[in-house]
Amino acid sequence: MTDTMFYRGLLLTLPGVGQVFGAEMPLNMTQGVTEISQQVYDLHMTIFYICCVIGLVVFGAMFWSIIHHRKAKGVQPAQFHESTRVELLWTAIPVVILIGMAIPATKTLLAMEDTTKADVTILITGSQWKWHYKYLEYPVEFYSLLATPAKQISNKLPKTENYLLEVDRPLVIPTGKKVRFLTTSDDVIHSWWVPAFAVKKDANPGFINESWAKVEQPGIYRGQCAELCGKDHGFMPVVVVAKTPEQFDSWIAEQAEQQAKAKAAEQAIAALQMSMDEAMSLGQQVYQGYCAACHQPSGEGLKGVFPALKGSKMSIEPAGRQAHIDIVLNGKAGTAMQAFGKQLGLKELAAVITYERNAWGNSTGDLVQAADIQAAKNGQKE
Amino acid sequence: MASTNHRPLLIRLLFSVIVMFGFGFALVPLYDVFCEITGINGKTRNEVAGIERAVPDKQRTITVQFLARPDKGMPWVFEPEVTRLEVHPGQISLVHYQAQNPTGSAMVAQAVPSVSPGTAALYFNKMECFCFNQQRLDGGAALAMPLQFYVDPALPADIELITLAYTLYDVTQRDPIQPVTQTE
Amino acid sequence: MSIVTSGHHADEHHHSAPPAGFKRWLYTTNHKDIGTMYLLFALAMFFIGGAMAMVIRAELFQPGLQLVDPNFFNQMTTVHGLIMVFGAVMPAFTGLANWLIPMMIGAPDMALPRMNNWSFWILPFAFSILLMSLFMEGGGPAFGWTFYAPLSTTYSNDSTALFVFSVHIMGISSIMGAINVIVTIFNMRAPGMKWMKMPLFVWTWLITAFLLIAVMPVLAGVVTMVLTDKYFGTSFFDAAGGGDPVLFQHIFWFFGHPEVYIMILPAFGIISSIVPTFARKPLFGYASMVYATSSIALLSFLVWAHHMFTTGMPVFAELFFMYCTMLIAVPTGVKVFNWVATMWRGAMTFEIPMMFAIAFIVLFTIGGFSGLMLAITPADFQYHDTYFVVAHFHYVLVTGAVFSIIAAAYYWLPKWTGYMYNETLARWHFWCSLISVNVLFFPMHFVGLAGMPRRIPDYALQFADFNALISIGGFAFGLSQLLFLLVVYKCVQGGEKASAQVWEGAEGLEWQLSSPPPYHSFTTPPEVK
Repeated sequence: MTDTMFYRGLLLTLPGVGQVFGAEMPLNMTQGVTEISQQVYDLHMTIFYICCVIGLVVFGAMFWSIIHHRKAKGVQPAQFHESTRVELLWTAIPVVILIGMAIPATKTLLAMEDTTKADVTILITGSQWKWHYKYLEYPVEFYSLLATPAKQISNKLPKTENYLLEVDRPLVIPTGKKVRFLTTSDDVIHSWWVPAFAVKKDANPGFINESWAKVEQPGIYRGQCAELCGKDHGFMPVVVVAKTPEQFDSWIAEQAEQQAKAKAAEQAIAALQMSMDEAMSLGQQVYQGYCAACHQPSGEGLKGVFPALKGSKMSIEPAGRQAHIDIVLNGKAGTAMQAFGKQLGLKELAAVITYERNAWGNSTGDLVQAADIQAAKNGQKE
Repeated sequence: MASTNHRPLLIRLLFSVIVMFGFGFALVPLYDVFCEITGINGKTRNEVAGIERAVPDKQRTITVQFLARPDKGMPWVFEPEVTRLEVHPGQISLVHYQAQNPTGSAMVAQAVPSVSPGTAALYFNKMECFCFNQQRLDGGAALAMPLQFYVDPALPADIELITLAYTLYDVTQRDPIQPVTQTE
Repeated sequence: MSIVTSGHHADEHHHSAPPAGFKRWLYTTNHKDIGTMYLLFALAMFFIGGAMAMVIRAELFQPGLQLVDPNFFNQMTTVHGLIMVFGAVMPAFTGLANWLIPMMIGAPDMALPRMNNWSFWILPFAFSILLMSLFMEGGGPAFGWTFYAPLSTTYSNDSTALFVFSVHIMGISSIMGAINVIVTIFNMRAPGMKWMKMPLFVWTWLITAFLLIAVMPVLAGVVTMVLTDKYFGTSFFDAAGGGDPVLFQHIFWFFGHPEVYIMILPAFGIISSIVPTFARKPLFGYASMVYATSSIALLSFLVWAHHMFTTGMPVFAELFFMYCTMLIAVPTGVKVFNWVATMWRGAMTFEIPMMFAIAFIVLFTIGGFSGLMLAITPADFQYHDTYFVVAHFHYVLVTGAVFSIIAAAYYWLPKWTGYMYNETLARWHFWCSLISVNVLFFPMHFVGLAGMPRRIPDYALQFADFNALISIGGFAFGLSQLLFLLVVYKCVQGGEKASAQVWEGAEGLEWQLSSPPPYHSFTTPPEVK
């Protein structure tokens, strides 16, 4: 940390200064934008006020005692030390208070867990370290990754407004409709949380969980993963854009069209040949965006955790080429290595594998083409 | 003071420790039993359902939603033939899931079901399911895998939609799980 | 309750003096020596775990990643938790149990002195293994002290094996300690020391010991399952093999919830010893306190899934656990009311142990309030896995358990060493700790409510100011504890001589013994009226 950064940080601790550099932080839970989130907020405040009152009474009695019942004042200590009546009273009264709290709590919980009659259903899959959204009623699905540039995180660039709370492709939902979320995971337990909806549900691998929200107000709502899921647990935000039903319909139609076109284009791309320069340039880009987080920009990986690609047997031996394509396409079960075949296009995959086989002195001269990737996907060995 | 014999109490306490250690392990099957009775984790019964409760209730319609997810690292293509089906409770339906092994070598897969809402799992009666057994496919081969089921008429009144998701795992390396046999 | 000792004092029996040097400590079976070792070990671990907290707060001082990478950060949060729970709080309470229980019940030592020695000495071994795992390739455990599967099984490195081994050893130590406490209390009370005459510290430790026997083996079981899932092909927590990751959480928290009561019940016993002394008034509602502690212990077995409200449980389960969790507030509240009633119309003085005890009562109660808020399931969906939870458990564990241990140290140090602690240093320690601990943990409630998740090394900009403040509180709190180290060190070296009674209002058999007490005390049981 440089001197300037240290003093800047110190400056930030002065009250008020933070507002110049960062957004103001609310002191209380959000009331949110759904009926449920409002109920949750109200419940939170009710319990809080009750605790305040109890605190005032108990601490009040205690501090009164501290002030008045002190030896320095010359008082003689009383010797009473039990009273069944008092014990019963201060057991019964809290029970009554608790019952009073439990009733609205039960009501709100029952309302929250009623997932029937949904209009839209979205399958949310968490994985290390991003979300995947799939609309069950529409042919639209995509990954949603943190969009904050790495240089902001490593303090080489100033941080922008939605630092760590921005993604490349947010989830889009219609307002005024009941949206049902099915959450699951591809690897470890994650948790999908949007405070504005009061929705937080764990994403368990191999199982699906249900939750729902009906958002009345259009807007952008940000949340984060809420279950420790490894290294980048703090770097997989949730962004939901709520649009009016008309806007949502046109967005969805647009997305469906784009995805259909992209699929068709993949076939065309399969036929295209790239030059080595093109492949290396695109490959480096893809590498920085998708691979460098674990395998490092230097290709050296992290000893014991993420294997090196620089100088590795698989990357430099001709016999390793098939395995190399296979592992990038299909991932490696039981490890953090994901199946990028589902996330990247044929051209990107060909380019990044070419890059890995030639960068950092690997220099195999291998040039992998989109058609090779297509063939591997179809199960034909080279 | 005569020294008390600590041994009886000591033995009882050591015994309690051993019992509690066993209890920790007993929680595993206990959890399964509890889930089977209450359906709380959305696991369907891993047994073939009998036909006696399959009496159609035409007054009620339930929507069943079918999802398919190959596990990360599982290269198979895995999709339901239909994504939604309207059924009456008690009505026997047959659907298929398409599976294709695009790789060059034979592989073995295991489908693991999960139902939401969890409590509906108890009422999802499978007469035949590809999830009861492991599925083997040669390289390049494809298969339509059957699921024959009915929704139990005793399904609670407040449930109208059941989502059934299968996750497909590559178990080629594992010890095979025992296939499910017909119940009495 | 009035207690009278026998005519002879405890120094009538003369064994040869204990061997000098390292051998004394390695082979000792003396409850006072073992108690001392446990306490010093806990103090050392408190600083080591505290150093990790300083790393965490240093990284969180500003947004962005400045000092450590996320993987190392996760190791810090994990090992900080493990050390504080298993290396600081639990051994400290065990040290207090060792020192005090025999003296309080008029027994010459613990029931099983050689097992007692083993219980202690395996601990430094266990923690060396845990700390060394940090230096392995890929680092040490980084899955949180709660080690959920499959992050801890499939997605962890080989340090998991060392983690499992070290947890097993810690568990064995705790179980042996608990057995010793129970057998001692059952079989070695002096004649006349009836059940309902025992000091509340002895009662709370007795109940704690039963909790330990019940749940530490379950921890051993679940940590073994993690090992076998990772290395031996079992599928307890793996859906592909027919298992369920949520099963891990059920088994873990079945241990985990009683565990947090294991970490607070002895604290209740300490406060119940200190407040009557400085109020010069008997503890209000002794029987009620015993029943309340027992209720808390029993109820603690019925609430585990309140840590799991977001896992996708059906409504009836969520309601059951919500109601049971809310119910625990009742006996806990009863205890707080009884302490206040003890103070009421007493004649209080405010020596340092009393100051820490009063701070405990107020601040632990605040932790209890946030706990009650967390119990409310729909609201918990917004609190779970945020800094609101971090605030809650640090209030109950730091201003709760740790403050009670510090209070106990100040209260009994004169008895153990024969010297009064330095009053000025102690006052500085108290006030610096009190202020800094609140600057450290109170703002966490707000960042949690504002939406900051836990276990993250970097955060969105709106959390920056509060995190900077929290970090400053953290550094200040850490520094303040150096004062405590100094107080303890100086007290052991010397100071104003302490009488046997030490505190004017103190009652109990330990105050009949000299300060310091003889190496072997109550070799002849005292008379208890």
